[in-house]
Amino acid sequence: MNMLPDGADALRKAVFDTLHRIAPEVLPDELESGVPLRDQVDLDSMDWLNFLLGLHAGLGVDIPEADYMKLVTLDDLFSYLEAKLGQSSVRR
Amino acid sequence: MIEFKLPSLGAEMEEGTLLEWRIKPGDKVSKGDVIAVVDTSKSAIDVEIWQEGVVHELTLKIGDKVPVGTPMVRLLEPGESAEHAEVQQRNAAPSLAATPAPVAAPDSPAAAAAAQSEMRRPASPAARALARELDVDLAAINGTGPRGAITREDIEKAAASKGPPKDRTTEMRHAIGAAMARSKREIPHYYLATDVPMARASAWLAQRNEGRAITGRLLMAAPLLKAVALAFKKYPELNGWFQNGAFVPGAGIHLGVAISLRQGGLIAPAIRDIASMNLDELMHRLADLVARARALTLRSSEMSDATITVTNLGEQGVDLVQGVIYPPQVALVGFGKITDRPWVEKGKLVAMPVLTASLSADHRTSDGHRGALFLTHVAGLLQEPEKLEEGKP
Repeated sequence: MNMLPDGADALRKAVFDTLHRIAPEVLPDELESGVPLRDQVDLDSMDWLNFLLGLHAGLGVDIPEADYMKLVTLDDLFSYLEAKLGQSSVRR
Repeated sequence: MIEFKLPSLGAEMEEGTLLEWRIKPGDKVSKGDVIAVVDTSKSAIDVEIWQEGVVHELTLKIGDKVPVGTPMVRLLEPGESAEHAEVQQRNAAPSLAATPAPVAAPDSPAAAAAAQSEMRRPASPAARALARELDVDLAAINGTGPRGAITREDIEKAAASKGPPKDRTTEMRHAIGAAMARSKREIPHYYLATDVPMARASAWLAQRNEGRAITGRLLMAAPLLKAVALAFKKYPELNGWFQNGAFVPGAGIHLGVAISLRQGGLIAPAIRDIASMNLDELMHRLADLVARARALTLRSSEMSDATITVTNLGEQGVDLVQGVIYPPQVALVGFGKITDRPWVEKGKLVAMPVLTASLSADHRTSDGHRGALFLTHVAGLLQEPEKLEEGKP
């Protein structure tokens, strides 16, 4: 059952597809959205850069380096991307 | 007639399995062309050819597992005719018979024709990748897709019917163990380390990245690799291979970059001629190399070219790396984590971001004195990070 509006769904899909390309062993259902992402998934700085490059290519979002520290959990990331993309905040 | 043999794709490689041909008889090839995909214990590797000519005959079948040095391809040299090549082969036949036959190398025309038809068996790149992942021989599958194409389902079925898959993790552990045991058995290592103040490099990097689109940003790894490559110019006795009882200096400075794989294990493909690259180019090459190493799509030259290896374990939170040299190389540079530590500068105690750089080197080719000068030189280069920006021929 999925109650999410299309926009949020598409965003989640884009994020998980990008993550999957870098860490294919990760199952989105097993990730906790409130726990630091880089603790749950072994992402080094190159993986992280490639992840953000993937989001840049897929969503057209450019995340300044100074904002990296704001993006700790998946919740942080979704809120940040929604704000950047001008979507209304949605319940996840 | 040129006979191209299966190259060694790393110190621990003894044999390889032919997964796929990228050429067919009659094709013109030149230096650097990818001719085949070969599976080693670590990864599937795109094998590049070193010569130019016209493909005359493929002397391996898909699925053949053969030792390094087994002939793979016979090439006509530029200007050589097929007839001339055949005469040459017949004349050479008696001596060939005297040498041990390569494992399962078909040389009958029928076998060569079979190999060719296998090569043309249609399958999408995704299906080929899956076949490689599941260790399924495409040649043994009858495709059920359009025009007999092999589908992902065909491959999954074939994989399910052939029993438990080959365990790559075990094979890779074995390969790394063999290379490292050889290193510890043969190489008289010495170890040095120095603490490098990184305030200037960190500030320079932050400033350089600020305001740049993400595609133009650098990681600290880029200036670190550049500094190491530049420093080796002054210390050639640390850059090269120890072979047959003697040191052979590297033809260039080709840094092997240790990359951990997500499924476990480690691979250290090379980036050639880093000193001549500007930092944007180096960063681009590094990102590409890491992505391809993890996707297991490396090229043979990247697997065999490294003249020295650099490993960066700082991401995992350690301060000091005491690395094991990857034979036949003679040195390994390690970087730990950049952390704020108490530091005395101009008589004052300050909090300073510090990086511990280390060197493991082979006492057969260098001494601690030179090794120490090398590390000090690396530390010095990192104090003027802006000078690392441009490529230096």
